[in-house]
Amino acid sequence: MTSRWEVVIGLEIHTQLSTKSKIFSGAATVYGSETNTQACIIDLGYPGILPVLNAEVVRMAVKFGLAVNAAIAPLSVFARKNYFYPDLPKGYQISQYELPIVEHGELFIRTDDGTEKRIGITRAHLEEDAGKSIHKGFGKSSGIDLNRAGTPLLEIVSEPDLRSAKEAVAYMRKIHSIVRYLEISDGNMQEGSFRCDANVSVRVRGEKKLGTRTELKNLNSFRFVEKAINFEVQRQIDVVEEGGQIVQETRLYDSDNDETRPMRSKEEANDYRYFPDPDLLPVEIDGSFIETVRKTLPELPDAKQQRFADEYGLKAVDAEILTMNKPVADYFEAVAIKTTAKPQIAANWVIGELSAHLNKEDVDIQNSRIGVDELVHLLDRITDNTISGKIGKDIFEAMWLGEGSVDEIIKARGLKQITDDSEIAAVIDRVLQVNTLQVADYKAGKDKLFGYFVGQVMKETSGKANPTQVNQILKEKLT
Amino acid sequence: MVSGETIHRQTLAELAQGLSAGEFTSRELTEILLRRIESHQESYNAFITITAEIALQQADKADKSRANGDGGYLNGLPIAHKDLFCTKGVLTTCGSRMLQNFVSPYDATVVEKMASAGAVMLGKTNMDEFAMGSSNETSYFGPVMNPWNTSLSPGGSSGGSAAAVAGRLVPVATGTDTGGSIRQPAAMTGTTGIKPTYGRVSRFGMVAFASSLDQGGVIARSAEDAAMVLEVISGHDRRDSTSIDHPVPRYVDGLSRGIKGLKVGIVRQHFDEGLDESCAGAINLALNTLSESGAKIVEVDLPHIDLSVPAYYVVAPAECSSNLSRFDGVRFGHRATKPQDLHDLYSRTRGEAFGAEVKRRIMTGTYVLSSGYYDAYYLKAQKVRQLISQDFVNAFSEVDLIAGPTTPNTAFSLGEKTDDPITMYLNDIYTIGPNLAGLPGISIPCGLVGGLPVGLQLVGPHFAEETILACAYQYQQLTDWHRLEPGVAS
Repeated sequence: MTSRWEVVIGLEIHTQLSTKSKIFSGAATVYGSETNTQACIIDLGYPGILPVLNAEVVRMAVKFGLAVNAAIAPLSVFARKNYFYPDLPKGYQISQYELPIVEHGELFIRTDDGTEKRIGITRAHLEEDAGKSIHKGFGKSSGIDLNRAGTPLLEIVSEPDLRSAKEAVAYMRKIHSIVRYLEISDGNMQEGSFRCDANVSVRVRGEKKLGTRTELKNLNSFRFVEKAINFEVQRQIDVVEEGGQIVQETRLYDSDNDETRPMRSKEEANDYRYFPDPDLLPVEIDGSFIETVRKTLPELPDAKQQRFADEYGLKAVDAEILTMNKPVADYFEAVAIKTTAKPQIAANWVIGELSAHLNKEDVDIQNSRIGVDELVHLLDRITDNTISGKIGKDIFEAMWLGEGSVDEIIKARGLKQITDDSEIAAVIDRVLQVNTLQVADYKAGKDKLFGYFVGQVMKETSGKANPTQVNQILKEKLT
Repeated sequence: MVSGETIHRQTLAELAQGLSAGEFTSRELTEILLRRIESHQESYNAFITITAEIALQQADKADKSRANGDGGYLNGLPIAHKDLFCTKGVLTTCGSRMLQNFVSPYDATVVEKMASAGAVMLGKTNMDEFAMGSSNETSYFGPVMNPWNTSLSPGGSSGGSAAAVAGRLVPVATGTDTGGSIRQPAAMTGTTGIKPTYGRVSRFGMVAFASSLDQGGVIARSAEDAAMVLEVISGHDRRDSTSIDHPVPRYVDGLSRGIKGLKVGIVRQHFDEGLDESCAGAINLALNTLSESGAKIVEVDLPHIDLSVPAYYVVAPAECSSNLSRFDGVRFGHRATKPQDLHDLYSRTRGEAFGAEVKRRIMTGTYVLSSGYYDAYYLKAQKVRQLISQDFVNAFSEVDLIAGPTTPNTAFSLGEKTDDPITMYLNDIYTIGPNLAGLPGISIPCGLVGGLPVGLQLVGPHFAEETILACAYQYQQLTDWHRLEPGVAS
């Protein structure tokens, strides 16, 4: 749909850092606490209070910066972003403006055609979150919950390098994966710990100048990011093709109606009057601190993906899927190391059966009903020919439902694979006897009937006959 | 054995001795001063809140601990706090209608430190609204009258503290100084007022006017008294990121080190046309006294000092416009009744509860930070600030202290400058520079002109409080200006 049009997207991702206390106060940050119970006088912006920077957020920001190959600023400055809103207690948000802590980073995403694409990260800066306005249940007034006020955020701003909603989602997933690998954010999107604003514009392909952009606010799921951008792109193309002009504005995505709508017009002339916060000293970071943090970096998704491909011989696409999420990668690797099955087989099971079951019940892999050892056991039974892969799937299902261990289920259901040549030969003889016509046809050159015979044997043995042996013996008997 | 007639005349150091010697109890002292405060409230209006009940409790506690042989450095000694230090359970109004009913849920670090040293808080002193003013006339609770002549202003913004000390209602009081708010009223009331190095005293719990300039300090009757209190309130505070972790000397122990060989700089611009001639005479006499005690007087150059007032009136309003945004009627302080909508709540709450001077500065500050003006005003002012700081650094490579007038003139009449903000701002022409550079300064009385006190300002490099206090102490050993009482004070 966009052949004539090029889409240009930049994302601003807000990641809540998983510190125990707030960025400038000692109040706790636990999500879902009773309204206004997690805001101290500092979060409430009382007269005379002063902010004190939580050192942990600096460490986390540096960790992120290193993970995306960015420059860590030796000196960064907190600034005040001034605006009035009831859920912003001080009348200003402490953020970073001219001198952010992280600049000039990058990461790589895989595009539709399978190639890698570099996405620039302009900057990442630290800031405090605001509280929450509650507009329902207070008549003509609004309620304010300041539990979230002062929660540390890392705002990650990309270059306008993204060219489709799909790329935007791939980029967002990659950032999501990185912050979780780094254990600097729980990335929980339902709780708002990971959300993004998208700057979207279109231009005629080949045009150098960027089109007028709109900003889509508060997209809090991968699906919404994709849908909102796609809607917005089509809207902009329609406007321009009908001879109209795009208005630079902030728009909200309405997921119920799958459309974007302009926000109230009062947004238009916001002058935030940024200036350095005189209550906070500049953050100075020296090389030795950076090196100390570097030592705490885990293996990151890209490196792990490469290693999985090299070490375990996985298909690139599988290695990527498995490493997106660290617990999944850890699970896979534990299985791959312990099982006698080939790693690719283990990968197939984790990506296939296991993921399907986890998704269906919306459970994290850490809480999987089938643990590493259980899956290893199952794969080992397939590898040692006790059961076939196909039967394995039934056993997996039974294990998931809690019917017992692999061996118990095999025994209880009599699913043990038949690997005795004479037993298989006997079944084959029976099948050939009752299918004399087909045998004649086969011998007359109808090769395709071989599959039919195999099927009949499997049917006779309820799928328990070892397929390799069936093939082999059947061939011998038919020649 | 209390002499109610004269006990209020004693300095803090003398009172400390009297308490130690058992000549009187803290309760007796407290009761006498509370009565004095009550009886002078109408004539001076120095207090916004008198905390008699708390004072008597603290006095009894101090007497008890003294009887047990312990107690802090200021045990049982009466003090007052400027009403922008937050005091738990007590009104903290900042001289504003906005906070006229605001009871702080916590104590400022300064308040905490004074209390744990055993000081007895008699009350909260009047001040210019949110410390914005140089005459104490912007207070919502009415102007403070100068004890030397009640038709005159005591200066500001710590005018209540200065009047209370000058009027012998309390031996010492805390103040804050953003552009001269301790030193200027001290000069106008014949008291000794010290503003320490920026970062020396914690700002936690001190309601902010201009965060990069605000600094707490003391108004007292002598350098010795100021030293005693400064020692208690100084020190690093983890709750204030701008407070500096630098050891706090025993200021009192350093007082009598003398000033022989001390190099004292004078700045030519300080003696230009703006300075009243008689005041200049008093300052020169004071310089002679220092010289006779062994100080060497030399001229130093502060080439950019003339830019300090304009730079200050960009930086201070900018910070104030942001600091005062929190007063929005949502969580504390004044709230407009029956707001129609959010905008109405904001505009009426702030429109009703801020005074004209506060509004002027919020508007100025908002303007200089606005996009398109930021570079021309705020950024330029910050550059000027750097130049002025560097001027001082250069000067202090040649001299130990800089001496000069605190103000261009003696106390002026109430109402005299209220219609002309610029003239009012120029009253701080000599005091603003040290705030911009974060330097310590003191004002001590050095003469009378027309029966009114003149202030000598001593400014030192960062953390030179000891030198400043020693010089002031030496001067006060040789002169009696600091012992003069206002004629109307009896």
